[in-house]
Amino acid sequence: MLIRKNKHGELPESEVTDHQVYLDRRRFLNTSAIIATASLLPTGLATAATEPKSSFPDLASSDYAAGEKSSSLEEITTYNNFYEFGTSKTSPALLATEFPDKSEPWKVTIDGECDKPGDYHYDDLVHPFNLEERIYRLRCVEGWSMVIPWVGFSLADLIKQAQPNSRAKFVEFTTLYDPEQMPGQHRKVLDWPYVECLRIDEAMNPLTLLAVGLYGQELLGQNGAPIRLVVPWKYGFKSIKSIVRIRFVEKPTTTSWMKSGPREYGFYSNVNPDVDHPRWSQSRERRIGEFLKRKTLMFNGYEEQVAHMYSGMDLKKFF
Amino acid sequence: MTLTVKQLKITVFISSLIPACWLVFALLTNQLGANPIEAVTRESGLWALKFLVLTLTITPLRWLTGWSMLGSIRRMLGLYVFFYALIHMLLYLWLDQFFDVNEIIKDIIKRPFITIGFFTFTSLIPLVITSNNAMVKKLGGARWKQLHKLTYFIAAASCVHFYMLVKADKLEPLLYGLVVVLLLGARIYKAIAKKTTTKAVLARS
Repeated sequence: MLIRKNKHGELPESEVTDHQVYLDRRRFLNTSAIIATASLLPTGLATAATEPKSSFPDLASSDYAAGEKSSSLEEITTYNNFYEFGTSKTSPALLATEFPDKSEPWKVTIDGECDKPGDYHYDDLVHPFNLEERIYRLRCVEGWSMVIPWVGFSLADLIKQAQPNSRAKFVEFTTLYDPEQMPGQHRKVLDWPYVECLRIDEAMNPLTLLAVGLYGQELLGQNGAPIRLVVPWKYGFKSIKSIVRIRFVEKPTTTSWMKSGPREYGFYSNVNPDVDHPRWSQSRERRIGEFLKRKTLMFNGYEEQVAHMYSGMDLKKFF
Repeated sequence: MTLTVKQLKITVFISSLIPACWLVFALLTNQLGANPIEAVTRESGLWALKFLVLTLTITPLRWLTGWSMLGSIRRMLGLYVFFYALIHMLLYLWLDQFFDVNEIIKDIIKRPFITIGFFTFTSLIPLVITSNNAMVKKLGGARWKQLHKLTYFIAAASCVHFYMLVKADKLEPLLYGLVVVLLLGARIYKAIAKKTTTKAVLARS
């Protein structure tokens, strides 16, 4: 499928939303420091410093707009499940402020059943691809949801570049393991490092995104900086954060959550209002910021784009 | 300075309201994060459990310190368990289920942690009803005591409810569970010790 850029000539979300309003306190203080310093400089420079700029100039919007109001940057950056930075929703924003360590370049290994494996520095990995904004719904298995304007590129593009061979039936993803940087890993609440896995056709689906930013800014630590997966028709935990390895495999990997609760978390974990989690009903969800709950949509509203991949499968069995 | 029973009761009454006041304040001033409904539901349940632990601590603490005045606040603490549990339950019925009776019944049947939570809450009701002096008199001390041993079940079931709802990090519910086991264990220990002393006394006489 060809992704046409800027079909409707829409502005990216980053240009229509006033960032300054949402910036968190630390960033706000940093900005103030810059302004304070800049005020000593000639006026032209000072003005430049006060303008919050997108980290991604010429960012194109895409066909993928949720058609719904995006959650605020504050909501997206302060309510996170990222157990590598603690198990409370608020701890990632507090503990990931310095993540990832800027003094060392982020490296991603691409290996397994492919013809072009390799180790990449983050910049080299991302550079060949056109970044675009995609506004996706995110549905957490816990029964809440958000709408997030991601910045990223199709995972399919990266996969094509790696040239998987005929044995590559699945794609496995691994999060960084570094308890020094990720204090939550000191306690074994999950079997670290976090691993996730997609079937190759799921990974190749045009919806599947490798995200490097949101709201026009680079990803913050708590959102899975510097690069993460976004699979919008699956429960949020499938969208693995802070990826260091992408491996093509013949057999499906037993993911971290499958190990933690095999009866509760299946390999597919597609958003499905008809298949309940043993501890939460999945028929409704609370959109963050809303009072009433709304009905959960099949495949999180992406039925048209993804349902064909599961035709003939018993989704109660393959949950 | 010595504390009178009345002063102690007033102090406990007011301080026990602080968590509720704080929650309301935090809610109104937008300090509960992006999902305040979830936060209030969780916090009210957690405070019910905290007061339950406090209630169970009174008797062993009295054994240890011999401070008999402690007994005078036990009932109030017990009623605060119900107060916070009621908030917790109402938030579930209202903001989770929007009083949809069919959904609620389905939820209670289907989800074990809801089942346990529901029965734990309903077990509190007979204890609240029989909490005044008139009811103690009516039931008679021994029967009243027997009935109020339900507290032990409620404490254990609350910990199980907490344990089951947590996704992966079981540390906090396990700590509460440990404290409850110790508090119930102290009672069992005391009962056994009493039995052995009675036996020894009987054997000697």
